[in-house]
Amino acid sequence: MSLAEINKNEVDIVIGALNADLTQFLTSWGPFFSGFHLIVVKDPELKEELNIPEGFDVDVYSKTDMEKVVGASNSTMFSGYSCRYFGYLVSKKKYIVSIDDDCVPAKDPKGFLVDAVTQHVINLENPATPLFFNTLYDPYCEGADFVRGYPFSLRSGVPCAASCGLWLNLADLDAPTQALKTEKRNTAYVDAVMTVPAKAMLPISGINIAFNRELVGPALVPALRLAGEGKVRWETLEDVWCGMCLKHISDHLGYGVKTGLPYVWRNERGDAVESLRKKWEGMKLMEKSVPFFDSLKLPETALKVEDCVIELAKAVKEQLGSDDPAFTQAADAMVKWVQLWNSVNSSA
Amino acid sequence: MAQLYSSVKPTPMLKDELDIVIPTIRNLDFLEMWRPFFEQYHLIIVQDGDPSKVINIPEGFDYELYNRNDINRILGPKASCISFKDSACRCFGYMVSKKKYIYTIDDDCFVAKDPTGKEINALEQHIKNLLSPSTPHFFNTLYDPYRDGADFVRGYPFSMREGAITAVSHGLWLNIPDYDAPTQLVKPLEKNSRKFDLPLRLPILYVDAVMTIPQGTLFPMCGMNLAFDRELIGPAMYFGLMGDGQPIGRYDDMWAGWCVKVICDHMGWGVKTGLPYIWHSKASNPFVNLKKEYNGIFWQEEAIPFFQSVTLPKECTSVQQCYLELAKLVKEKLGKVDPYFITLATGMVTWIEAWEELNSEEGTEAKAPNGKNE
Repeated sequence: MSLAEINKNEVDIVIGALNADLTQFLTSWGPFFSGFHLIVVKDPELKEELNIPEGFDVDVYSKTDMEKVVGASNSTMFSGYSCRYFGYLVSKKKYIVSIDDDCVPAKDPKGFLVDAVTQHVINLENPATPLFFNTLYDPYCEGADFVRGYPFSLRSGVPCAASCGLWLNLADLDAPTQALKTEKRNTAYVDAVMTVPAKAMLPISGINIAFNRELVGPALVPALRLAGEGKVRWETLEDVWCGMCLKHISDHLGYGVKTGLPYVWRNERGDAVESLRKKWEGMKLMEKSVPFFDSLKLPETALKVEDCVIELAKAVKEQLGSDDPAFTQAADAMVKWVQLWNSVNSSA
Repeated sequence: MAQLYSSVKPTPMLKDELDIVIPTIRNLDFLEMWRPFFEQYHLIIVQDGDPSKVINIPEGFDYELYNRNDINRILGPKASCISFKDSACRCFGYMVSKKKYIYTIDDDCFVAKDPTGKEINALEQHIKNLLSPSTPHFFNTLYDPYRDGADFVRGYPFSMREGAITAVSHGLWLNIPDYDAPTQLVKPLEKNSRKFDLPLRLPILYVDAVMTIPQGTLFPMCGMNLAFDRELIGPAMYFGLMGDGQPIGRYDDMWAGWCVKVICDHMGWGVKTGLPYIWHSKASNPFVNLKKEYNGIFWQEEAIPFFQSVTLPKECTSVQQCYLELAKLVKEKLGKVDPYFITLATGMVTWIEAWEELNSEEGTEAKAPNGKNE
């Protein structure tokens, strides 16, 4: 599949604006965003006016717009990094590509800028292979294939629900790791896309992600909010929680989640040591979440994504609610999210 | 912390702890290219086919060689579990080895080059893979976090960052990929390539990653470039009954891989795949391959759901126990697919019996091969 075959009309690029000045960001992505519709959602807690250069087909949503759609009490669900979920909610497209506003196009080993948008869409359009690991990675990539011993009955693959990209320069490490190795930067360009096997859990990062909104939109839940959640990724876990839910639901429904290419170049921002000073409860919440997801079984009767989210929320409340109020709040947010999703998308 | 093996510390050679097992039916000229990397290691050559043929081994290598006569002499009636006229016979080499680690490589595999043009020391990479932990319980999106330059990503549970012990290191191949016969027939000229064009003198596809295959996930294990901890998983590395007198071929390593993965998952051990690459030079005849694989293509459709759903009882706490339990289940569940699986299950049991015998105190004496260099 090549650039010529991507249908740009099927894609929305959703950007959560945590920075007011998007000039550098949008200018550097210009060549790759050209021809696509953009949804920019401003963090409701950001006071300054957004600065968006000319030449983009863009709809901008701020706090007032959010409140019109979801009501004033619900707009808190979309603060900070979670503002991008509002974009997912109001989009009407099949695919969403979402990139943090501190990332610019990366260069591949040959020095060419990576078209992350096209790579994400290619990943989403091609089947995933979660039921059996292919040792040559993505078998649908030009020049690659299934290896000897790969069952023929599994070679048509399953629909791809999400495409998780990676990061050069500042990788998505947690605060303790980055604080310990302040100079550490990711320079390894691993030239592969692969499907994360069914039942395997992984930490999905929201920094560079794309998904099939028609297939799994409601499963991208803005739910887990840390008490001291901040405006740098080191102080959040919302995407990791969302990813655990998304992966579990995808596994349940027989969809695949890919990881690998494309890379983006993540710029320096924030201070890991500073972030470390905050009482980082994310660690504890992750430890509790893992055995929960590991043993979780969604009922066979949950066949729609929305039902899966509701069942998941129920299980979170029952099994994790007493461990930490953050989980109860997450469960409530997940239920609210499905309600909002249904109401916004039925009136469309 | 993840960085247990930094670039400052050299990788231990393990020359007294690792055997290189090579099956061959033709010659071992390929060893010349590997000399700088293999010369300090002990080789176990398993000669398949006509035992009267003399296999020429380049000067200077320390080796022991076993032909069919040796296998028959050493194992007696139990030799029935070792394949004839198939590279599956290599597992005899695992059985007679006394070392902790095994590296096995095919005799048509050569030293590959990385994208910078540097020769790849495949054995060193396998050792690095085996000596560093695996992460089977939670997938790390930056791949092997113990590699130089890598680490665990945000959200990776801290309680899992010590990882699990690594039992297997599965390497890959440049040039001729390991495709099955139908794929070979459809794509005759394709090399392991990618959409970006690179000068032909360089490897065309090089994925610079090692990763752990998650627990609960099966994979097609290729025996061309494979290393493992023999003391841990050796008894499960039986390459089945293939070749002469058997209705199937080219599924030896696949079979071993499914058994090994199920047992590693049960024991909580890790299986890694990815680097190192070797250069696979010889494309075998796809029509010959099709004949060998034919039954396998259908049987794997039954075998794989079997392995995916098998659960080993908690009471199976050793690899041998796990393997014997598997053999029992193979006979019960796959025996209905074809009587071959009943024969194979018997072979699996015989293999364990032979393994126990040879690896006990008394078994050591019986092992001496005929073709041993002085």
